[in-house]
This record gives sequence, structure tokens and C-alpha cells, in this order.
Amino acid sequence: MALIEVDNLKTYFHTRNGVVKAVDDISFTLEKGEILGIVGESGSGKSVTVHTLMGLVPQPPGRIEGGTAKFDNSNLLTADESVLRSLRGKRISMIFQDPMTSLNPYLRISEQLIEPLLIHGQANHEEALKRAVSMLEKVGMSDAAERVHSYPHEFSGGMRQRVMIAMALITDPEVLIADEPTTALDVTVQAQILRLLKDLQSDLGVSVIFITHDLGVIAELADRVVVMYRGHIVEQGDVLPVFENPQHPYTKGLLACRPRLESTFKVLPTVSDYLDETEVAGQIELSEKPDAVACIEAMQKIDELEIDETDLLLEVNDLHVHFPERRGFFSGPKGWVKAVDGISFTVPRGSTLGLVGESGCGKTTTGRAILNLVVPTSGSVKFMGVEIAGRNAAAMLPLRKRMQIVFQDPYSSLNPRLTIEQALTEPMAVHGIGSNHADRRDRAAALLEEVDLDPHFLRRYPHEFSGGQRQRICVARALSLEPEFIVCDEAVSAMDVSVQAQVLNLLKELQARRNLTYIFISHDLSVVKFMADTMAVMRAGKIVEQGRAEAIYANPVEDYTQSLIDAIPSDSIDSIKQRVAK
Amino acid sequence: MTNAEAAIQQTVSASLWRDAWRRLSQNRMALISTIIFGLIIVICLFGPMLFGQHDGAENNLANNFQKPSSEHWFGTDDLGRDLFVRTLEGGRISLAVGFLATAVSLMIGVVYGSIAGYVGGRTDALLMRIVDILYSLPFVIFVILLMVMFGRNFILLFIAIGAVEWLTMARIVRAQIMALKDTEFVEAARALGYSNARIIFGHLLPNVLGPVIIYSSLTVPAVMLLEAVLSFLGLGVQPPMSSWGLLIKDGAEKIDVYPWLLIFPAIFFSATLFSLNFIGDGLRDALDPKSSKD
Repeated sequence: MALIEVDNLKTYFHTRNGVVKAVDDISFTLEKGEILGIVGESGSGKSVTVHTLMGLVPQPPGRIEGGTAKFDNSNLLTADESVLRSLRGKRISMIFQDPMTSLNPYLRISEQLIEPLLIHGQANHEEALKRAVSMLEKVGMSDAAERVHSYPHEFSGGMRQRVMIAMALITDPEVLIADEPTTALDVTVQAQILRLLKDLQSDLGVSVIFITHDLGVIAELADRVVVMYRGHIVEQGDVLPVFENPQHPYTKGLLACRPRLESTFKVLPTVSDYLDETEVAGQIELSEKPDAVACIEAMQKIDELEIDETDLLLEVNDLHVHFPERRGFFSGPKGWVKAVDGISFTVPRGSTLGLVGESGCGKTTTGRAILNLVVPTSGSVKFMGVEIAGRNAAAMLPLRKRMQIVFQDPYSSLNPRLTIEQALTEPMAVHGIGSNHADRRDRAAALLEEVDLDPHFLRRYPHEFSGGQRQRICVARALSLEPEFIVCDEAVSAMDVSVQAQVLNLLKELQARRNLTYIFISHDLSVVKFMADTMAVMRAGKIVEQGRAEAIYANPVEDYTQSLIDAIPSDSIDSIKQRVAK
Repeated sequence: MTNAEAAIQQTVSASLWRDAWRRLSQNRMALISTIIFGLIIVICLFGPMLFGQHDGAENNLANNFQKPSSEHWFGTDDLGRDLFVRTLEGGRISLAVGFLATAVSLMIGVVYGSIAGYVGGRTDALLMRIVDILYSLPFVIFVILLMVMFGRNFILLFIAIGAVEWLTMARIVRAQIMALKDTEFVEAARALGYSNARIIFGHLLPNVLGPVIIYSSLTVPAVMLLEAVLSFLGLGVQPPMSSWGLLIKDGAEKIDVYPWLLIFPAIFFSATLFSLNFIGDGLRDALDPKSSKD
């Protein structure tokens, strides 16, 4: 029997720029005791769908234009606020994407955990606390009885997400809605959370709606899958048939664009290789490109770049970066955090070094220390044979235009008050590239074209662009100085897989065209596998394993590397078959 | 390209400032206040020349304490001076004190605060302790001290008030800069080889302009009140110059017998304070992107 039955749901947003049909006529059901995966890229309407069910869509500008959502004989869309309130958090619970912000930092987690029980009158204080402790034990927290009284900041991101799950499940709900609960987490933590959700689901018999942009996660977890694109459901069905034989070109594209450990693609297929969009009478029509497969095969026929292993662009030797801990005004540091603790590696010109590890392992600090954005405590960094570690700003200046960085968060790495033109021409002006402003503007326009953006975007502000477009702008800004070396610091980690594929392809293309050398920092081994020639695995400030990328994947020496590899969600048909058979 | 992106690209580029202006112009109270405030400035600047048949300093003891009439619109004071002209001339002083002292506090506070916030560490600790010490000085005693040391001086008034008002500005700017300096666009700017001055003044300050403008718009009326208080205590503007504060003080002494001496300057003064406060409120809403309703 269907637990939630959604029929012809339409949620529109009425904005100054017209009506956005965020969810446009979708129907699906959630069966008792199943995990339903909703997959789609950002803007596909997947989050709006569940927010509509929970009555969390802000109205206005949002408006539910039609449809029904039946849950236990009441229509969630038209029910009274008082009815909804008695359902929310009690019979339908929700967990959110960012565990860092969805817990109140000023309240102990014990208070936050028992609150839903008290609100819904399910237990008195003492009893609620007991249930909180046992729930925390269920989500895998050791010493739960003591740690229940801690504050959120005392936990890591993965632990906080466990607390969130405990909070959602403490009222023993029938439905759990998980809105990208693992997107903000490292792959290793994601694997743990997915396993936990799966175990809890079978233990407690709760039905789950799981939202994600990554089909790999669906493959690991869901029983059925709903694929959304532009507010519509383009495909739905049981997991195995959808993965074995996807019908819609969008699903095919989404499946193909994931970088995989076992694949040998040199260029990643993207959704647009499969999907043709034509506008017919104001309606967007989706159709499949007939020659998609052949086209993608043709793209792979690129000659490998020749890399001269002896032509070292960068040599890092015994690099240490230590940060002082809490310094008073007159007293010295109390201790040191050894963010980077004696690492050495080399990067030949024209190659890519992948730097992998979990968050907090020091990989980001390494990238910044190489660029002298943080001052190394000791050790040497040689760029084209010249020592640069510890140079002051003036001495770094001539080198700045040869080594650049692209950051993780495209939303905070562009100054919101500057137009794209200003952002791209200012570095040129600082370094005296281009003869006058008109010349620099022409160069900026050419850069935008090089990263596949319309040169007319020059006059716009960053807030007018999507995440993927912004990251392209950041790449263009890094290229404005015509560097030889770029550090990509988790440059694609905040992106949907479909956008990620495009940006990865762009980075590879630019590398071939401009003979760039990259250090590619990521927590995701499958992405590094696609990008890197050599790689180094970092843990707690040290490199535990390094060598040629394929060799490490084929034969990891360290258990830690193996655990990183195992954490990548697998969408191979065999593993889905195995899972479904259970 | 998704729906939303396509929609975005069709719209005309809406700059943040244009958005702010649109929101401000939709705020009726702020708009009315802007008009009233503009009128007050224009009248104070040009009023005495256009309407005044009288000189503000012209004494005529035979003519003192006249009621408002067609000859003397606001009446005359104890020395027979025309109150209309004196109110407008006093307005020039009050507005000048308000804006100049705010400008002084703005310049010191913004530079001081952004350096403290951006450099951080011991520099920041030292700079902010200085601010704390200055905060702890009682204001009136500070002004009396200045008067004793340098004699009564109009310019001193600006410096005294400005020197007190910048403290809060510095704290606001410092807090904003500290929150911004770890964002990736600042780090990108460093990686691109920008100098610290360029980062502070070209990249960080434009992003804290919102709070700075709002606080300034609230500082202007605060400073004018302060000037009124000082004049009331006899520490501010000295006769024969006048200011709204001074006129109100004089009028308050004779409120039982000659109420117009208080009423007219008080109307101008409060209208200015009201409109500045509403403009400040409006700016705060307009410059906060989160206040956008769409």
C-alpha cells in the first residue's frame, strides 16, 4: 500500500522575472518500507518537491498550483497548519544537507534531540533523554550517555549528520525525508552514513525518500528511483532496470557523466551529449541525440600528452606547515597544529598531481603553502628550480602570474561587488598585461570564450550566474595571468555530477591547449583518477602513499587508500544485483 | 542550461546598487524623508538670501520679542534679531557639524577598523585596546578638557565629536572585515598578487559599504543631538553664531512667555532628525540583499 501518493503536483514560483515552474505536474508514490531515490541536478525541482510535501515552501513567492499528496487519508497540500504540525517531525521527519548549519549551535544536542518528543507529547523529560541516548547509540555514537550533553561544535561533520538522523528518527516516524544528506560530506563519511541509513531503515521499517544529485548514491541505497529534470519526472522505476537499461536520454547522460574508477575515458560524456533540447511552441522538447554513443567514442581518441618526467616544474621537499594554537596577547603559543608535517613530492611539467585525503588531512594547506598563501614553517618549495618558500609579497609578485589557484566554493571566490569584466581585467592591470583597458577587455572576452561562456557576460555580476558558470569564471580569472601552474582546490566538489563532468572536461582541455600543470586536490578518488597522472594520498599531514595514479588504484599498498577506494559509491550492475537480491 | 539560468540571462543586468536604489525608492517613508531633508537643506542654504529682508546679526532692541508676523515670519528674539533667518543660519551650522563630524568619524573609523580587521593578530589587539581606552573617557569631560587646552573653537567641536564617533564605526568595520577576509575571493586576490591596500580598499571595503552607509546615516542625527547638548551646556557654538541646539536652549528658557522662540527651531530640528532616521532605516533595508522580497 502506498504511504504517500503524489498526484499531478505543481509548485510554481512567481518572481519578478516571471513564473518558474519548479515542479510541473509530477506523480509518484512512496511504498511502505521502501527507499525511494529522487535524483536530479540543482534546479530540477527535487528539493521543492519534498519541501512542498512538508509544507515548507515559502508562499509567496511559491504557490501550489494543483495536485494532491495523500498521506494517511489527509491531503498534505491542503491540510490545516495544525494538522501539518502534528505530522511534521512526528510521523514525517526530515534531514537536511548541511550538518554544520542544521543544528542550533547554542543548544546541547540532548536538548535538541528531546525537543521533538516533548513537543509531540510522546515522552516526559526523563524518558525522552533515555530515548535520545539509545537513539544516539543506534546511529553509532560511542559513549552516547556522556556525549549527549555536548554542544554541536564538539562533533565532526559526519557525527553531526548522525545526530541529525537520530533527531529525525527519535519520534519513530513512518516517513523519513533525506534532502542530500551526504552531499556536504567526504566520500568516506558518506559511505558510513549511507550504510547507517540502510541499517536503520531495515531495523525500524521506516520509509525513506532520499534526494541526491548522484546516481551512484542511488545505486548503493534505493529500491526505486525517480529521475527529475526541469521540474518533470523523466523516468521512474525499480533501481536495477533503470541502471541496466535507462530509457530517457537524460538518465543515460547522468549515468555516463560519473567518473568511474574502472573507466578509461579521457573525456567525460556529459548530459548534453545525449540530450537534445529543442523549443517547440514555447515548450522545451527533450529528445535523444541519435549518434551519442559513437560521438562519445570518437571524443576518446585523443593522443596521450607526452610528459617529460625529468622536466620538473615543482619540487616540494620536507614541507611543514604548523599553526600556533590560541595565542594570548603577551604569551607565546600553547601548542602547534601540524597541518602539514613533512611531505615531499615532485610534479613534472604538463602533468597533474592528484592530492587525496579526507577533510582535515592537510591537503588544502599544502596547496596554499605552495602558493605562499600560508607561510610554510620549514621545508622547501622549488618552482622551476627556484626556491620560493617563505618569500615575502614583493618577491612573490613576479611568480604570482605563473602559479594560480581555483577554489572549491564558486559562490565565495568571486567578489560580489565586481562585474566579471572587473574581476578578469584587474589581475591583468596589476601585472601589466595588455596595453590599455580596451585591450584587457578584449582579452577578458577571449578568456570567457575559452571557458565556454558568452563574452557578453562581462558586464554582469557574479550573483547572476549558476555555480558551474561561476567556477568557469574563476578558471578564466586564474588563466588571465597566463599561468603555467594551477592548484585546483576541491574545484568540483561542490558541484552536481553533471556540471562536474563539464568542468573536469574543461580543465583537461585547457591543460592540453596551454600545457598547464595541475595539482588537483580532492576527497573523491574517482575524480582524481580521471584527472591525475600521479597521485599522493594524505592523512594527518603526511603522505601515506604516492606514485602513478593507475598503479595506486590497481594495487593500493595502504589500507587507508583501500578504504578511500571502497568508499566511492559503486553503480556497477553487479553490485546493484547483489544488493537487490539480499 | 537550466530554466533559471536562461531566465537570468534574459534579464537586464541588475547591479547591486540599482537593486538597492529600486528597493529604496519603493520605501515610501524613506522617499518622503529624502524629499523633506532635501528641502530643509535647500532652505537653509538659500533661504536667508531669498526671503530674508533681515540680517541675522542685525540687532534692534526696540523690536525685541516680536510675535510671528508678515514682517518677521518666526518673530524676533531678545535682541530683536529675525528668528527665521537665525533658524536657517543655525541650520547651516548644525548640518555642517552633523555631516563634517560624520565624515571625520567615517574616515578615521573605516581606515582604522579595516586595518585592525585585515591585519589581525597583535596589531588588531593593540588597535582595539586603544579604542577601548578612548571609549572609557567620559565624553563631556573630554570636550571640556579640549576647550581648556585649546580655547573655545568651532573647529574643535568637529574634532571632538568626530573623535568620539569613529570608535563605534571602527568596531563595525573591523567585525565586517574579519568575517570577509577569510572568504575565498580575498584569498584569490592574494594569489593574484594584489597588494594589501588594493585588497582592503578595492575588494573588502565595497563589501562593507552597506553597514557603513547605514551607520553613517544614523551618526548624522546623533552628532547633531550631541552638538545641541554641548551648545545647551555652553560648550558648543558661541553667539553671535547660532545653531539649532543653541536656539533651542535660548528658546527653552523663555518658553512660558515667548513660545515661538522654541517652537520654530525645534520643528526644523526634529524634522531633520526624523527624516534622517527614516532614510537610515530605508538604506539599511535597501542595501541588505536578504531583504529582497522577490
